[in-house]
Amino acid sequence: MNTRNNTNQWLFEITPKNKFFSLNLREVWQYRDLLFLFVKRDVITVYKQTVLGPLWYLIQPLFTSVTFTIIFNNVAGINTGTVPPFLFNLAGITVWNYFTACLNGTSDTFKANAGIFGKVYFPRIITPISVVISTLIKFGIQFIIFIIFYIFYYFNGANLSVNISILFFPVLIIIMGVLGLGLGMLISSMVTKYRDFSNLIGFGIQLLMYLSAVMYPMELIKEKIPKYGWIVDYNPLAYVIETSRYMLLNVGHISILGLVYTLGITIVIFFIGLLVFNKTEKSFIDTV
Amino acid sequence: MKKDIILKAENISKQYRLGQVGTGTLSHDLNRWWHQIRGKENPYLKIGEINDRSTKGTSDYVWALQDINFEVERGEVLGIIGKNGAGKSTLLKILSKVTAPTTGSIKSRGRIASLLEVGTGFNGEMTGRENIFLNGAILGMTKKEITSKLDEIIEFSGCERYIDTPVKRYSSGMTVRLAFAVAAFLEPEILVIDEVLAVGDAEFQKKAIGKMQDISKGQGRTVLFVSHNMAAVKSLCTRGIVMEHGKLVLDKDIDTAVSYYLGGSGSERSNSKKFDNFENKIFKLNEIGLQNVGESYDDPLIENKEIELVTSIFLKVNDAERYHITYHLYNDMGESLFSFSNSSSEEILRKGENILTCTFPVNFFQSGSFSLTLFIVEDKRQSIFKSSDIIHFTVIDGGRELGVYMGREPGNIRPIFEWNNQ
Repeated sequence: MNTRNNTNQWLFEITPKNKFFSLNLREVWQYRDLLFLFVKRDVITVYKQTVLGPLWYLIQPLFTSVTFTIIFNNVAGINTGTVPPFLFNLAGITVWNYFTACLNGTSDTFKANAGIFGKVYFPRIITPISVVISTLIKFGIQFIIFIIFYIFYYFNGANLSVNISILFFPVLIIIMGVLGLGLGMLISSMVTKYRDFSNLIGFGIQLLMYLSAVMYPMELIKEKIPKYGWIVDYNPLAYVIETSRYMLLNVGHISILGLVYTLGITIVIFFIGLLVFNKTEKSFIDTV
Repeated sequence: MKKDIILKAENISKQYRLGQVGTGTLSHDLNRWWHQIRGKENPYLKIGEINDRSTKGTSDYVWALQDINFEVERGEVLGIIGKNGAGKSTLLKILSKVTAPTTGSIKSRGRIASLLEVGTGFNGEMTGRENIFLNGAILGMTKKEITSKLDEIIEFSGCERYIDTPVKRYSSGMTVRLAFAVAAFLEPEILVIDEVLAVGDAEFQKKAIGKMQDISKGQGRTVLFVSHNMAAVKSLCTRGIVMEHGKLVLDKDIDTAVSYYLGGSGSERSNSKKFDNFENKIFKLNEIGLQNVGESYDDPLIENKEIELVTSIFLKVNDAERYHITYHLYNDMGESLFSFSNSSSEEILRKGENILTCTFPVNFFQSGSFSLTLFIVEDKRQSIFKSSDIIHFTVIDGGRELGVYMGREPGNIRPIFEWNNQ
């Protein structure tokens, strides 16, 4: 048999190094059933043996919103314009929660799944993607509660309106998910070697929240502390949150430039994350 | 006939870092990166030594695998054998893409599914049925494939009654049955299996082996099989490779490979022992050895062939018939099993060279390790010489009928009695 001919017939090859960049979409597609089963598992196992079940998803944002309303609006006196402060906070928190849930869920990928990853191969990226999707379901439930409160306030005479740009709201959520996924993949890869990063994540997310305009309008920080306000300007998350409030509640501003910047950063982070993730998945099992 | 190579491993090596990963990792990483951007070789690839767990090495880096080359033909069942730490599992991990080799490559013409563990990804909160789908998908099956085999899987597992109960309520045996059942219905071109037969009770083992046979023999699937159970390896595999300290030392037919492995990998063997200093004014002991009838001391002792114990002793006295040889047999736990002596037979010792052979019937010893203690007895009354643990020997499984229980039966001997049914 001709050797050269022979080599061409190999179905695949296992080698030390990955090609510089490879997201094998076809392979991911082959494993799509696994993706859905992971999502199903994540969703099912959260409710099992709880009395309140999915209600737990609602308690956290509601309580946080109430707390924020008391502290930031009633005590600190942040003005939310015509929008009820509670609704203002709830909108910010709902969107923000989606990001943190994605980040938290994916940044743990390698460590939490070392057991499975050490025994069987499937495209590793399935795991973080499944987290982002199952988190989307959680987001959906939280969003429904937002809508319920929206309607409640509306019929109680609050001056509420949605902006026509709400049609692009799903795009915004996708950006949020991809950003969380990208960052999560990046961090999960680094955690395999240096556990320090998992400590960083916990309080890092909290700090980031204060820089992401979750409980205040973006304008306000620039007005109050012009010296440091620019930090928020460079935070892509702040644009997503500000814009989603603009869409949902018709308050604040929409900055096309800011959104283009956000989109750019998201794409860059996602691809860096993917790159590092691909490099790590080949041999992380030796170091984790 | 043209060979149809389905899998080819070329120069596979794998390096591991020993000690605590963490301290010094950063400096090594930086150094490695610094070499890399200058276009130099990874400085840590050069150092590293043979992976021998028992000796203390000087380097922090070891080669768990070194230059492994082999080819597997379509439909072949390859057994990979070796001691603990020989690199078998590392090889399987590389084959199943769990970790990447440090150098070398593996080329394949077929989809590989690996079974390094049963029940990977089982979730206790989910029901048996849900877990079948999840586990199947993790192993690479599509939902459609699983659905079409669901009834068979459930039936094979024997857990029908519990199938809609969360798996955390299962006994460990049931979990394993369910998990194996899923794996048994995998249909890749190449199947990689590690030690999974060590689970479950005898009945289930029998079922599992039978299924494995169907997979390899009946359906012509290519299988790579790692096990310490030589009986299973012998009955399932057609070819064997023996690994030692991360190197491939033998690649032959399965019987040769198993013999080589069991024979202490060819280096030393304790089935015979020569003596220089067991001497007094009455006798001089030359050699004691065990072998299967018709084989030599260098071959492994197989349970289902006659085994002979040969004692070579020189008697210096004229009244040699006064002396008898008695052995006490111990198992590897140090429990004495029984004693036997030539005084119960017609054979007596004579002056001069004596080569005394005692033959054990077929299937007398159960596979395992044994040791003998020698006594030289005078006038059947008192022992004038005793040597404890004078020789150790290991009896191994013979090839067994396919599909029968592959584990070790209890006890130390396995005599065959006459049965009658009136």
